[in-house]
Amino acid sequence: MSIRVENVSKRFGKFQALEPLSLEIPDGQLVGLLGPSGSGKTTLLRIIAGLESADTGRILFHGDDVTRVHVRDRRVGFVFQHYALFRHMTVAENIAFGLEVMPKVQRPNAKEIKKRVHDLLEMVQLGQLANRYPAQLSGGQKQRVALARALAMQPQVLLLDEPFGALDAKVRKDLRRWLRNLHDELHFTSVFVTHDQEEALELSDQVVVMSAGKIEQVDTPQTLYAQPDSRFVLGFLGHINVLQGDVNQGRLSQGDAWITLNGHPNAKAVECYFRPHEVKLQTQPSPTAHLPLKVSAVSLIGAEVRVELEADGWSSPEPWEVGISHAEYNAWQPMRGDRCYAVPEVGHLFSSDKTEPELIQWSQAQQSPVVGARSSVVSLFASA
Amino acid sequence: MRTSAHLRIGDQPWVKWSLITLALSLVTLLLLVPLFAIFAQAFSGGLESYIANVTDRFTLHAIGLTLFVAALTVPINLVFGVFLAWLVTRFEFPGRKLLITLIDIPFAVSPVVAGLLYLLLYGSNGWIGSRLMDHDIQLMFSWPGILMVTVFVTCPFVARELIPLMQQQGKEEEEAGVTLGASGWQLFRRITLPNIQWALIYGVVLTNARAVGEFGAVSVVSGNIRGETNTLPLHVELLYQDYNVVGAFASSSLLAGIALLTLFVKSFVEWRQARQRHALNEEEI
Amino acid sequence: MSLAITSAISLNPSKRVLPGFALSLGISLLFISLILLLPITGLLLQTAGMSWNEYWSVISDPRVVASYKVTLWAAAWASAFNGVVGLLLAWVLVRYEFPGKRIVDALMDLPFALPTAVAGITLSALFAENGWYGSILAEAGIKVAFTPLGIIVAMSFTSLPFVVRTVQPVLEDLAVEDEEAAISMGGSDLTVFRRVIFPSLWPALLTGIALSFTRSLGEFGAVIFIAGNMPYVSEITSLMIFIRLQEFDYAAASAIASVVLLASLILLFLINIWQAFYLRRIHGR
Repeated sequence: MSIRVENVSKRFGKFQALEPLSLEIPDGQLVGLLGPSGSGKTTLLRIIAGLESADTGRILFHGDDVTRVHVRDRRVGFVFQHYALFRHMTVAENIAFGLEVMPKVQRPNAKEIKKRVHDLLEMVQLGQLANRYPAQLSGGQKQRVALARALAMQPQVLLLDEPFGALDAKVRKDLRRWLRNLHDELHFTSVFVTHDQEEALELSDQVVVMSAGKIEQVDTPQTLYAQPDSRFVLGFLGHINVLQGDVNQGRLSQGDAWITLNGHPNAKAVECYFRPHEVKLQTQPSPTAHLPLKVSAVSLIGAEVRVELEADGWSSPEPWEVGISHAEYNAWQPMRGDRCYAVPEVGHLFSSDKTEPELIQWSQAQQSPVVGARSSVVSLFASA
Repeated sequence: MRTSAHLRIGDQPWVKWSLITLALSLVTLLLLVPLFAIFAQAFSGGLESYIANVTDRFTLHAIGLTLFVAALTVPINLVFGVFLAWLVTRFEFPGRKLLITLIDIPFAVSPVVAGLLYLLLYGSNGWIGSRLMDHDIQLMFSWPGILMVTVFVTCPFVARELIPLMQQQGKEEEEAGVTLGASGWQLFRRITLPNIQWALIYGVVLTNARAVGEFGAVSVVSGNIRGETNTLPLHVELLYQDYNVVGAFASSSLLAGIALLTLFVKSFVEWRQARQRHALNEEEI
Repeated sequence: MSLAITSAISLNPSKRVLPGFALSLGISLLFISLILLLPITGLLLQTAGMSWNEYWSVISDPRVVASYKVTLWAAAWASAFNGVVGLLLAWVLVRYEFPGKRIVDALMDLPFALPTAVAGITLSALFAENGWYGSILAEAGIKVAFTPLGIIVAMSFTSLPFVVRTVQPVLEDLAVEDEEAAISMGGSDLTVFRRVIFPSLWPALLTGIALSFTRSLGEFGAVIFIAGNMPYVSEITSLMIFIRLQEFDYAAASAIASVVLLASLILLFLINIWQAFYLRRIHGR
């Protein structure tokens, strides 16, 4: 079932939780609402479910206007952030609840209910816990009971509020994979809320990035990551390194730092964003970039070595971060206080009057011949 | 519950035991001895005179009237308390805080003033009472008046027990119930009620204890007609003023018994709730 | 699907998710209006019928003024006494383990559960010159029953649980780390109590004392049996209202009641505002 959100807005007292916004969710997709807390993502999810009413706009399910349909009759499966399991009912009773409160005409008979509950328990792999109470379950188990309870009604729309928020890292990964499989198997339309970018990018067909009650960008995870179209999205998807300055004669400069911007008109207060993997470190500047930095910390944990650097002879609002491979690290062995130069391959340029960035690429050919020179450290960088 | 590994003040044995001794002496003097005194006085004339006092015609009538009033007060305030608690814990609306404060008024008002309020309105000279008199309906100085002031005095108890609990439990379970298609009655019956049943029982017990024991407000509107509008606490007063001390304490012992029962139910309910909280805490780990 | 939806629209125009808003609002407002607001309005109307001079002469009558003084003084002493004793009892109940602790904890609510008339005759019997306490005190030349001291005793008894029950939860939630840090820095027990524990305790203690004071101002049943009720000496204000009523002087009774009602409403609102304020400070919301 497709979902359409038209012009929906919501205000809580003085707080504008949602600016008027529209969104189209095609049938059968798994969509992640991603944003920091207070961005309105949960409010939007609750409005789609009917747990909150919008001040303006409409919600359409499969083309039918359901804006004024009570949540009881919307037939959506909703999984609450803290599961909201009925604490005085067993796992089986929790799952059976939705079936048992159906009007007599629609309600399956007791035997049928028992069978459905049994099947659902098998599906969420909790068959042996049927008679436990919620308080006796682990977080991951509770989450699966909550899912089974929501799925008992065979909803065509499944809505999940921070489904993995309260779980530890390992369980979270397993459940994520499991949810993805379940979704592919049962073909409902799912919308989930998360503040974890990794989760959103890994799980979703489409990601909706939200901030301050507005939708910033809607795209597939691949496009979103490759072409973030605002400062916010860029910043939210991971660390960013920033050079702020003025453009003068094809050069963006501030203090000792500059990068070449061929053909760019002169402008004040321009920002260029670089992501950690879009920057290389060298012992010499390149003809296209002069970004002197000083190593302030090195973190060895993970697939990459993360080097934290301070601007040297210019200023940056936050320290820079650049990822290098362990091989590069072993060859270079950077220490605190070591000097080096950042050479970007790609930059996202924001002029003061525009919210959308301009993608700048410095081709390999333009780069300094120094890269090619076999000075001990740099050679490893270039080949990486 | 508390691990002694923590460094805490006042844990040196001499401080600890002198404070405990002092506290226990105070509890004995202030609470235990008076409680014991009620029964000692009641039985001071022997068991036979106790039974004779308790089964006295006027005493029996007072017991009957008191139980009758309590039996009507409890369901009225139960229904009101549940609706009010549902209203203020499940919905946001302007004036919600004011409503929660208003419900405390009967706790703050002197019972004599409470009785007066009703006497003024429903008495034979009152704004409503005089109109009712035209139809030969008299509320004051008869049991409906006693019932009305008792309802007034006890109306906060159920709501006051339910509101903090329901606030703390939140409305997510009910919301989950609604998404699963439950109707209003199904929600209340199958989700809310099991979660609040113990607090509800305690609220009822408190309401009952106060309804049975109310003195000031009732004495203003009752007219103290022996064998007609005399409740048990008023009967205690009458006997005491007639210098029938043993009789007064015999009736008092019945009321003290109800008080002890109330304390017992309270302890039991708190023990249940602590167990529930314990389970919840484990859930979070 | 679309058929079901159209019918649902007509059935459910409500914007609220959980059911029962209109019903619970209706019942709550009706009940509060009938039980609480209407009678209070009645009192205001009654007093509004008096001229200012009449009103003033009633409420400033020397005997009435003496009753204000006695009531206020006794309530102040009683709540101060309860502040000290309540703090001690709460401390001992929270901090220490000792045999019989659960029973003592349960017994703490006895004054709330025991009908006030029963408390009144029991205390007056205990403190009478031939009573268990009175005979001992008489040797020391102290007379309690039928003096203002008796009023203080009755008020303390009936409002003792307030301080214990407001301080207890706060003591339970005190952070162990603060205390350990202070002790490890070499603070003596008294210093740690004064500088670390008391600052987080006193708002609750003050609330408890204020509740105890409010309750004492309105206490009637327990007091009248032990006070002796001598004009100008040991008459409380609630009794003055009662006496005026028995003289069928409704106007005077209402005038005095309006003073009492106003005072208790102001106290109630102040306590509520104060509680909201300090809860916000503790929880940072």
